[in-house]
Amino acid sequence: MPNMSLKKVPMPEQDSKIRTKNFSEVALGYTEEQAVEEALRCLQCKHKPCVKGCPVNVPIPEFIKEIAAGEFKKAYEIIVRENRLPAICGRVCPQESQCEGNCVRGIKGEPVGIGRLERFAADYYMKNVKNDVKEVEKNGKRVAVVGAGPAGLTCAGELAKMGYEVTIFEALHTPGGVLMYGIPEFRLPKALVEREIENIRKLGVKIETNVLVGRSITIDELFEEGYQAVFIGSGAGLPKFMGIEGENLNGVYAANEFLTRSNLMKAYDFPNSPTPIKVGKNVAVIGGGNVAMDAARTAKRLGAENVYIVYRRSEEEMPARLEEIHHAKEEGIQMKLLTNPVRILGKEGWVTGMECIEMELGEPDASGRRRPVPKAGSEFILPVETVIIAIGQTPNPLIRQTTEGLDTHSWGGIIVKEETMETSKENVYAGGDVVTGAATVILAMGAGKKAAKAIHERLNK
Amino acid sequence: MYRILSKKILNETVQLMEIEAPYIARRCEPGQFVILRVDENGERIPLTIADYDRERKTVTIIYQIVGYSTKKLSQKEAGDTIQDIAGPLGKPSELKKHKRVLGIGGGVGAAPLYPQIKKLSEMGVNVDVILGGRTKEYVILEDKFREICQNVYIATDDGSRGHRGLVTDVLTKLIEEGKEYDEVIAIGPLVMMKAVCAITREYHIPTSVSLNPIMIDGTGMCGGCRVTVGGKIKFACVDGPDFDGHLVDFEECMRRQRMYKEEEHVCLIGLEG
Ligand SMILES: Cc1cc2nc3c(=O)[nH]c(=O)nc-3n(C[C@H](O)[C@H](O)[C@H](O)COP(=O)(O)OP(=O)(O)OC[C@H]3O[C@@H](n4cnc5c(N)ncnc54)[C@H](O)[C@@H]3O)c2cc1C
Ligand SMILES: Cc1cc2nc3c(=O)[nH]c(=O)nc-3n(C[C@H](O)[C@H](O)[C@H](O)COP(=O)(O)OP(=O)(O)OC[C@H]3O[C@@H](n4cnc5c(N)ncnc54)[C@H](O)[C@@H]3O)c2cc1C
Ligand code: SF4
Ligand code: SF4
Ligand code: FES
Ligand SMILES: [Mg+2]
Repeated sequence: MPNMSLKKVPMPEQDSKIRTKNFSEVALGYTEEQAVEEALRCLQCKHKPCVKGCPVNVPIPEFIKEIAAGEFKKAYEIIVRENRLPAICGRVCPQESQCEGNCVRGIKGEPVGIGRLERFAADYYMKNVKNDVKEVEKNGKRVAVVGAGPAGLTCAGELAKMGYEVTIFEALHTPGGVLMYGIPEFRLPKALVEREIENIRKLGVKIETNVLVGRSITIDELFEEGYQAVFIGSGAGLPKFMGIEGENLNGVYAANEFLTRSNLMKAYDFPNSPTPIKVGKNVAVIGGGNVAMDAARTAKRLGAENVYIVYRRSEEEMPARLEEIHHAKEEGIQMKLLTNPVRILGKEGWVTGMECIEMELGEPDASGRRRPVPKAGSEFILPVETVIIAIGQTPNPLIRQTTEGLDTHSWGGIIVKEETMETSKENVYAGGDVVTGAATVILAMGAGKKAAKAIHERLNK
Repeated sequence: MYRILSKKILNETVQLMEIEAPYIARRCEPGQFVILRVDENGERIPLTIADYDRERKTVTIIYQIVGYSTKKLSQKEAGDTIQDIAGPLGKPSELKKHKRVLGIGGGVGAAPLYPQIKKLSEMGVNVDVILGGRTKEYVILEDKFREICQNVYIATDDGSRGHRGLVTDVLTKLIEEGKEYDEVIAIGPLVMMKAVCAITREYHIPTSVSLNPIMIDGTGMCGGCRVTVGGKIKFACVDGPDFDGHLVDFEECMRRQRMYKEEEHVCLIGLEG
């Protein structure tokens, strides 16, 4: 008998008053009973609309059926056939626009909590099943991967499973990409990311940190060293600025810097960690995506009293995951919607406020969203000491500048053939944010997986 | 982990280390830098590659002990290891085959200046250098510069060696005496580079400076190292660190460098040795 409740089994969470004082995970995860109860809401649809919404085709009804039957280990094994990092995806996928967005239970009431169940299965497996990842026999062929974010890690893992000798070259001192330096601990515990990376190492993948491809070694030199194919998964790490007055005042951060200081360099633990961070009493975060929500919620946890999200469209258009917007509001983040920054004001070089203008929605633009236009005379000043800019990132130009024959779009993204992720340069493949521009973890993983398959076919021709 | 092969004390606050770093030693060029972390929970600090040895796969760094992380580094000895060293970062200096170039190194700025001057002399350029320091102990690498330069001028605040006063006094004197330079390369404290640029601008001598804003990743990812050059935002770690000194907004650089003054103080409390 399916569970016909219109609502998802609620997720146990840290209370919003307590959690804004710590960096521990907000969503605590289902208990076994809760997972079974939620799994029973799935109707096991024959035509599986949910699966079509998942970029990596996780066999959703199949794994949910196992959870409903209490076969949690089996559920996990079904998921990992298609998705190497379920504990991460279950937590950070924008489910409402992917798998859950297509769920028939969502037509009337809430969709099945697919992400939560995926997370449950992964967490259960990690906690209860001894990991038996085995190194596979090597086939003697070498592949280099640039960047240890979700795209690179997935590509490397898939290739290693097929017997390739894979080395990942990562610029930072820690692998993980945005999963380590961008997404905060309270949303994605770092121990969990480390564990997933450990599993990929166990498959025999070598990770060389502190190597910036393009400077420490070029793509052409990788081929000279004997690598037969290269996958570029270097992400979209270059932060955009707005070009408004006052952007270089002390107290203005790009979200990447703010989050890197806090997450990767553990500045929240200053002075136990020697990397400092500055947070005023009043903080404005510009943007409406996941990055903006993460920066705002981090600022709150670092002690800011008033944190504003300044976004030029309305809440409906916010690209952030629904859950993050919801959590941010619960934590007291104030939404200044239909508001655009005009300039940042300062005194003696430090931020003292931000002048904003109110916007209204006009005609739809190229993206189909109604274009925000400024309301004349509606300027006002938001008194803040810290401004965090989270209006997007583009791919870092270093690799395209140092690799001849690699075609890129005018905005910097690497051009690939969609079916194989092949670039214009022979035996060089690319995927993830470096191809799409800032997107999602699951799309980056999907691209890494697709490229691994294509590399395997190419090297066995 | 990366091994420290040798260590030398250059003066009270400045030390030299040779570190094994194969990837960096293989490709690095004058003007580039590294980012290192002393230990597992260390912060990322940028230091210029003062010299390198491709065969021995080593790079040399010369650092001044100014705060927590440089102090931590100074507590390491030859044979010890440091946690991380990444690079080479930044753009190599654009060294032109001029007739005559003047290098100006203020304090520990002589260290990043050295590889550029060495390369120029290898290219057959005639080079003069002005080295400055608080007292004679703070003038570093004088002997190494003497090996490759035509003239080495010294300026110290107290007159304990060379001219008593600033490197800019010597610069003005040289120009007024009729010395002709096709380019000046100035590396040192921001105030010094600013003062040098004020003079060379007047005499229309192209001037390259090396900026040292606060950095984290050093790969162009955080935007923290941004500087305004010619009215445009540049990321010093990927677009620099060398820039046309006549276009740099030094006031902004100085202000941004002081961003964490209070915290740096806090961080020093409790650090022993
Ligand atoms: C704050 C924040 C929150 C986000 N929240 C979500 C979310 O909730 N859900 C979601 O699905 N997505 C989210 N995203 C987006 C998601 O993280 C990215 O789309 C995804 O990480 C892209 O993966 P990637 O492997 O292509 O690149 P990245 O994760 O960016 O990894 C690239 C790696 O390559 C390294 N690298 C770069 N250049 C070089 C080089 N030249 N040599 C060597 N290494 C190099 C980088 O250091 C980095 O480690 C968020 C992003 C941010 C910044
Ligand atoms: C490209 C570049 C090359 C450099 N080369 C050299 C060199 O060859 N020799 C040398 O002695 N110094 C060099 N520096 C400066 C050196 O990085 C700082 O002195 C060092 O980071 C100070 O760290 P601390 O923790 O000991 O001191 P702190 O007490 O933390 O800081 C002291 C001062 O150092 C500067 N500083 C602090 N953190 C950073 C950071 N992350 N990045 C840059 N500056 C910072 C600030 O001006 C600060 O006021 C260079 C800096 C840059 C950007
Ligand atoms: S991987 Fe993401 S989109 Fe696919 S089923 Fe899991 S949560 Fe949904
Ligand atoms: S669409 Fe919803 S109810 Fe149907 S199989 Fe998928 S998860 Fe289950
Ligand atoms: S140090 Fe981060 S962009 Fe330059
Ligand atoms: Mg420091």
